[in-house]
Amino acid sequence: MKLAYFAWVRERIGIAEEEVALPAGVVTVGDLLYWLKGRGETYDAALQAPEIIRVAIDHEHVDHSEPLAGAREVAIFPPMTGG
Amino acid sequence: MAETRDSADLAATMYDGGREAVPASGASAAIKGENAGPGGIPIDIRVTSERIDAGAVTSVLAGSGAVGALVTFTGYCRDEGGRLKALELEHYPGMAERQIEKIAREAVTRWPILGCAAIHRYGLIAPGEEIVLVACSSAHRGAAFEAASFLMDFMKTSAPFWKREHLVDGTIGGWVETKDTDDAATDRWHRL
Repeated sequence: MKLAYFAWVRERIGIAEEEVALPAGVVTVGDLLYWLKGRGETYDAALQAPEIIRVAIDHEHVDHSEPLAGAREVAIFPPMTGG
Repeated sequence: MAETRDSADLAATMYDGGREAVPASGASAAIKGENAGPGGIPIDIRVTSERIDAGAVTSVLAGSGAVGALVTFTGYCRDEGGRLKALELEHYPGMAERQIEKIAREAVTRWPILGCAAIHRYGLIAPGEEIVLVACSSAHRGAAFEAASFLMDFMKTSAPFWKREHLVDGTIGGWVETKDTDDAATDRWHRL
């Protein structure tokens, strides 16, 4: 599965995207954020407050309860500030 | 209702003719969405690093006898009292176009508009330059005002763009934080 990071999430993690193989038990977006947060200091810094983090699966906004099954690209980013 | 739809179809035909004659601003960098929304209503979606030619966009939208009202909104980069050198707009290519198009299609189904444009820039934007342009045309002003306002509110809260400040002193400032007022502005449309 491809993960893409944007804005300060990207900066804190230190990379813009990566391919990951999900461990068993990571089923929802919320599970993914929790698992990522435990992968190291940079991830922990980016995902300190997972409740404010926004997630999109294949370019559509999703809730943290959304299952990851079938997702090709999961994007993780802060609240949007365009316009 | 049928009358509105007929006018929209007629307008779409005329717009499509006009569109050919008007070069898209920054066509090389522009990513264009579908040209027609529900009912053949033209929707001009662009995510581009180039300047937005508001005159070209509005002349296409207003170029039909069916149009009685055209509302445009342009969002500009402020200098924040002389502190800001530029805003950097990061975006999520692909999703940005998709979300803006989704918002525009929703606007077209909710209001009897005859055409709309939603164009957002990315990259470094200097104070005084435009960041975003939204325009909606309709037979009467009510629908055009409301649809443009709706489009803009949702552009701010669901199109994947993020602003970062570049300061006059050469440093890169922080990422701009979300405003609760933007979420409140978006929420009001859910209550209608």
